[in-house]
Amino acid sequence: MSGGGETPVTTGVVVTGLGIVAPNGLGLRDFWSAARTGRSGIGRITHFDPGQYPARLAGEVPGFVAERHLPGRLIPQTDRMTRLALVATDWALRDAGVRPADRGEFDMGVITASASGGFEFGQGELRKLWSRGSRYVSAYQSFAWFYAVNSGQISIRNGMKGPSGVVVSDQAGGLDAVAQARRQIRKGTGLVVSGAVDASICPWGWVAQFASGRLSTSDDPDAAYLPFDRRASGQVAGEGGAILIMESAENALARGARVYGEIAGYGATFDPNPTGGRGAGLRKAMELALTDAGLAPGQVDVVFADAAGIPELDLAEARAITDLFGPCGVPVTAPKTMTGRLYSGAGPLDLATALLGMEEGLIPPTVNVEPSPSYQLDLVVGQPRAAQLCTALVLARGDGGFNSAMLLRRCRRNPTGPTTADSF
Amino acid sequence: MNGRRVVVTGIEVLAPGGMGAKNFWSLLSEGRTATRKITFFDPTPFRSRVAAEIDFVPEEHGLTPQEVRRMDRAAQFAVVAARGAVADSGIELTTLDPYRVGVTIGSAVGATMGLDQEYRIVSDGGRLHLVDHQYAVPHLYNYLVPSSFAAEVASTVGAQGPSTVVSTGCTSGIDSVGYAVELVREGSADVMIAGSSDAPISPITMACFDAIKATTPRHDDPEHASRPFDGTRNGFVLGEGAAVFVLEELTAARRRGAHVYAEIAGYATRSNAYHMTGLRPDGVEMAEAIRVALAEARMPAEDIDYINAHGSGTKQNDRHETAAVKRSIGEHAYRVPMSSIKSMVGHSLGAIGSIEIAASAMAMEHNVVPPTANLHTPDPECDLDYVPLTARDHRTDAVLTVGSGFGGFQSAMVLARPDRTGS
Repeated sequence: MSGGGETPVTTGVVVTGLGIVAPNGLGLRDFWSAARTGRSGIGRITHFDPGQYPARLAGEVPGFVAERHLPGRLIPQTDRMTRLALVATDWALRDAGVRPADRGEFDMGVITASASGGFEFGQGELRKLWSRGSRYVSAYQSFAWFYAVNSGQISIRNGMKGPSGVVVSDQAGGLDAVAQARRQIRKGTGLVVSGAVDASICPWGWVAQFASGRLSTSDDPDAAYLPFDRRASGQVAGEGGAILIMESAENALARGARVYGEIAGYGATFDPNPTGGRGAGLRKAMELALTDAGLAPGQVDVVFADAAGIPELDLAEARAITDLFGPCGVPVTAPKTMTGRLYSGAGPLDLATALLGMEEGLIPPTVNVEPSPSYQLDLVVGQPRAAQLCTALVLARGDGGFNSAMLLRRCRRNPTGPTTADSF
Repeated sequence: MNGRRVVVTGIEVLAPGGMGAKNFWSLLSEGRTATRKITFFDPTPFRSRVAAEIDFVPEEHGLTPQEVRRMDRAAQFAVVAARGAVADSGIELTTLDPYRVGVTIGSAVGATMGLDQEYRIVSDGGRLHLVDHQYAVPHLYNYLVPSSFAAEVASTVGAQGPSTVVSTGCTSGIDSVGYAVELVREGSADVMIAGSSDAPISPITMACFDAIKATTPRHDDPEHASRPFDGTRNGFVLGEGAAVFVLEELTAARRRGAHVYAEIAGYATRSNAYHMTGLRPDGVEMAEAIRVALAEARMPAEDIDYINAHGSGTKQNDRHETAAVKRSIGEHAYRVPMSSIKSMVGHSLGAIGSIEIAASAMAMEHNVVPPTANLHTPDPECDLDYVPLTARDHRTDAVLTVGSGFGGFQSAMVLARPDRTGS
């Protein structure tokens, strides 16, 4: 078990609730039963007919009927990503045992990430504008598509008036939002709803995503997204993400909350040339996260990789990991091979997956991948691996050069005071 | 807090009628307006037909043809403003550890202009639901995810530290700078290139604001269409632009002999948890943001010499904001001048918060407070000193700037001379 940590337990920021909306599971229980056994949610797109497009596979959230969970008045004014985010927040609060009405309204904040905003809603209104005229554009277009909509709607639905925020750093943004939430809790806010949910699997969103040049054109769900595999030739995009309830450890312990783990470290860098320099920027982000947590590389029990599925990016990430941990020096996994890449939702979903894995003592697998030995990674493939996990490092990279790394810690030995291990 | 204080050492502004910080200040201090009839497209079908547009020729600002091709107009603004701010600060970024230099760019609506234009093409004028990817521009992904703005800025200045886009609607321009200040204070960065940019003047934006009657329908007199706090005002005037700052830790700035415009002494943001576009008249949440920002600055309300208002020119906002200021700073509200530069440069959504921080810093620089243009007949329910029509000589050592936006976000920031606060 890893140990260490110099700051008193009561200054930590912990996760006490999870709400998950993922392509391989709607809700925490469905998701975890899929993730721990390697069940994928990738398939041919059903939201529209993808036949005419070069990329036709995606990770779609199955079986989500917003009307079952949300009041009718919210439906016409929300994009799918917002409905998913609102429901994930409801579930996360319930999981945390928190009733917002019982708490001080300025003591609860909402800080989320977004990548593309409510793109499907935007497509509908753009179509009205250009085919019928400006008078047909919905009043809700003034907010339903923009990047801040999830934070705004979550704060309204739950009466949360504390520090708010929205960050956009492509796929890295979800971790950046959680870091910003931790910052606000450290400054004194009692509870922050954080994480991210993205969804833009509509024709207009799909064409814009395809323009990245990274989407796989394979029609085989088991062969389309193969990070760290010799056959790697692109990515599968998905929708969904996770919402996290974050609190100060002091607050969480005082109310007897179940604690999943601590946000122990974070680092972010920007790499103008993400495929060059042996992944130097990503390595630097990992080092910053370790320093922030007061941990050495040898104390990291598992790495959740960004896992681009693009050979040059896989190589840069593998080098960053092996430079820091040594060849095959730490177990590495990419459960996002079961969901596709969820944009800003990916980092928070990996945090949730890592926390659930720590709780069960299990590393969920990377599916479909035959790891190329040249990467020198101890990639957990095929079957989940049983492991005592005290810490987990989650990596996320965003298009353009964003790198974020976040370190989770489940238990902590207080070197000077009484042992509080396993309280988290 | 570990005592690290953050100051502004470089400013650049791209604003309607005021390209470059110097021209921008001339516009404000002379009380001129830059609103006009929309020229970017035919505004005839729209309820609101005025805007504050920039006559922007990217090549004249040093952008190359390929930079122009891959960037939305708002990204172009951000890059030009960032380069200008670095030049203004005199900082040699190449002498610093690049991992200690970060970027935050605020934007409410990202590449909305580019997306609107590209959608029209790939959908063939809205005819196709299954839009045609073969007609998409190669850099469409940069429009899809506006973090491309921060990536462009980081790449152009050589920053490799923490970088992101902050997108909290119309408070993005304050929140982006506030986010950057927190990174420097906590020690995650030593220098931040921080600001915001938006270029929303496109048919889809005009149409959605038409639908909620947020923008002014008054188009008989475009130059005087933005009328915050005036009894005849009836909506805001859309604008565009950018402002970017160099933020540094105070002792490092002094060590290199940098010109210090102002310290960012306090910042807070709160949500009204009420309505995505509506405001309660009592201003409780904005008042709370102001109170917390002042507390962070360790400054009594009486020390505020000038308030840069959100002042969008909607009846709802002007009354909400007036109430919030009274609620937070009491009787001092009646003594301190408070003006809205949106009367001159319009409301550029996510950009305006940073443009208003620039105006606040320049008010301190010149000891002049900019006016609220077009304010002839005050709304009787707005009974503060809004500095009507002409700028005023006024000793300005500390400024409060506030913002309010869709999503319910309310933000406040305190700027002060560094030798005045924190003592």
